[in-house]
Amino acid sequence: MSVDKDTVKKIARLARLDVPEERQEQIAGELRAILSWIEELGEVDTANVEPLASVTGHSLPLRADKVTDGNKVDDILANAPEQASGFFVVPKVVE
Amino acid sequence: MSNLVSGQTGDWEVVIGMEVHAQVTSQAKLFSGSSTTFGAGPNENVSLVDAAMPGMLPVINEACVRQAVKTGLGLKADINLYSVFDRKNYFYADLPQGYQISQFKHPIVGEGVLTIELADGSAHDIGIERIHLEQDAGKSLHDQHPSKSYIDLNRSGVALMEIVSRPDLRSAEQAGAYIKKLRSILRYLGTCDGNMEEGSLRADVNVSVRRPGDELGTRTETKNLNSVRFIMQAIDYEVERQIEVIEAGGTIDQETRLFDTSTGATRQMRSKEDAHDYRYFPDPDLLPLQLTAAFVDEIKAELPELPDDIKTRMVSEYGLSSYDASVLTEERETASFYEEASKGRDRKLVANWMTSELFGALNKAGKTLANSPVSPDALGALVDLISDGTISGRIAKDVFAEMFETGSPAADIIEEKGLKQVSDSRAIEGLIEQVMAENQDKVDEYRSGKDKLFGFFVGQTMKLSGGQANPAMVNQLLKEKLK
Repeated sequence: MSVDKDTVKKIARLARLDVPEERQEQIAGELRAILSWIEELGEVDTANVEPLASVTGHSLPLRADKVTDGNKVDDILANAPEQASGFFVVPKVVE
Repeated sequence: MSNLVSGQTGDWEVVIGMEVHAQVTSQAKLFSGSSTTFGAGPNENVSLVDAAMPGMLPVINEACVRQAVKTGLGLKADINLYSVFDRKNYFYADLPQGYQISQFKHPIVGEGVLTIELADGSAHDIGIERIHLEQDAGKSLHDQHPSKSYIDLNRSGVALMEIVSRPDLRSAEQAGAYIKKLRSILRYLGTCDGNMEEGSLRADVNVSVRRPGDELGTRTETKNLNSVRFIMQAIDYEVERQIEVIEAGGTIDQETRLFDTSTGATRQMRSKEDAHDYRYFPDPDLLPLQLTAAFVDEIKAELPELPDDIKTRMVSEYGLSSYDASVLTEERETASFYEEASKGRDRKLVANWMTSELFGALNKAGKTLANSPVSPDALGALVDLISDGTISGRIAKDVFAEMFETGSPAADIIEEKGLKQVSDSRAIEGLIEQVMAENQDKVDEYRSGKDKLFGFFVGQTMKLSGGQANPAMVNQLLKEKLK
């Protein structure tokens, strides 16, 4: 996969990161280097290897359907830059 | 019946697929221990997991997994013993994680089928493509402040099932029948309460049009419709709009649209340049979900009888009409009320009394079966009293009205008001003699050949008895007396 300046611009926007125009080319180069390094893994023959989801051999733990949490509005809102009557308050986002 | 829509330049076929989001009935959320109760104060049902505080880890709720499997089985679908949770990445103020945990490549439920029945009696099999489990987002309130949005995360993390249909629907009517049937099945299964006003069931509708026999046209997706009526309105609007655009030489853009409930129109979402690129990838916080065949079998064994099966049984075993059986099986509560009321009794008579008198009275009083003043047993007892001839069907209507009003049992009302049907032949003969004595002229006319007067004598005798005389006996005895 080749990463150019436009790709950087696009993924920066999707990730809500502000990447200045003058740095985009440089970052594209860095990403290309990282990807080509990772692509070296493609040289390993994995034709007969099952995909591995976990190295611990654990399976997904299941929880009982019990209410054990909640009712901590103050904790939830403790770091909110703005709040009112128990709500988070953010700049208007409306479609 | 043809579903084609005619435009200026010829006929069009409508193609509809639906994605239904059904809130899983559970006590706690999908990946946290906070409550799913509707109507709590803002942010009360929120844990640090739901608010996506750093370092919090999701742990899946087993009951939600069971519910999804149960739903799959109820829709005759394949259950995937191996499924994977993925992150669907997007930014919105009511999605604190910055991603929704969903299932993309490996959903928990695969292909199934749902049969809809239309008003004209035709049945259609609608394919289910998949069902996956995912988290709901929080709720944004935009009308509390001129320049701010208020965010409540109570719904954040509640388990949803996204039920995706094949593009097998061909009209707004079919789409309406589909959502109603799906809702009914979910409620029978107890996997979703189906409460559309509270947002427990909402649909995204994909609509496209094409010339009959052509390839699929470009579709639009109208989001978040929370009533059957809105679903049908949005489809009708989209169909008309798309045909107009194409016939005027334009093309349809594949886009997401919003439905305006006040105008019945759909409109393009503003953020079109943000064409969604969700960058799904397996959630590293969650291992794949692996189920055993025994787990699935156990759930299969718990499945209740579903509306289609009950309906078939009511028609074949109880001799009900297909229409009555449909009405009685639409809701699980209705079906069990009926089964209870009609057990060991005249099934058809109980069905008639339920669909006409009881439903009529409930409707009028603005009540539902759940708070019906007449219990299944009480209705059954009334029908018994008709069947054994204690009261006539006509008197039974008055008794029923009284039961509905006061909640008293039929037998008490009949006793108290002396409404018992008179089947004593001597008493009826007495009534007949009185009627004949008072109408000697008519008796003479009848005897001289005016047969039509027979009905008059029946009517007078019944009237004199206050409607309580056994009509069959009145008929028989009159015939003898008038000879």
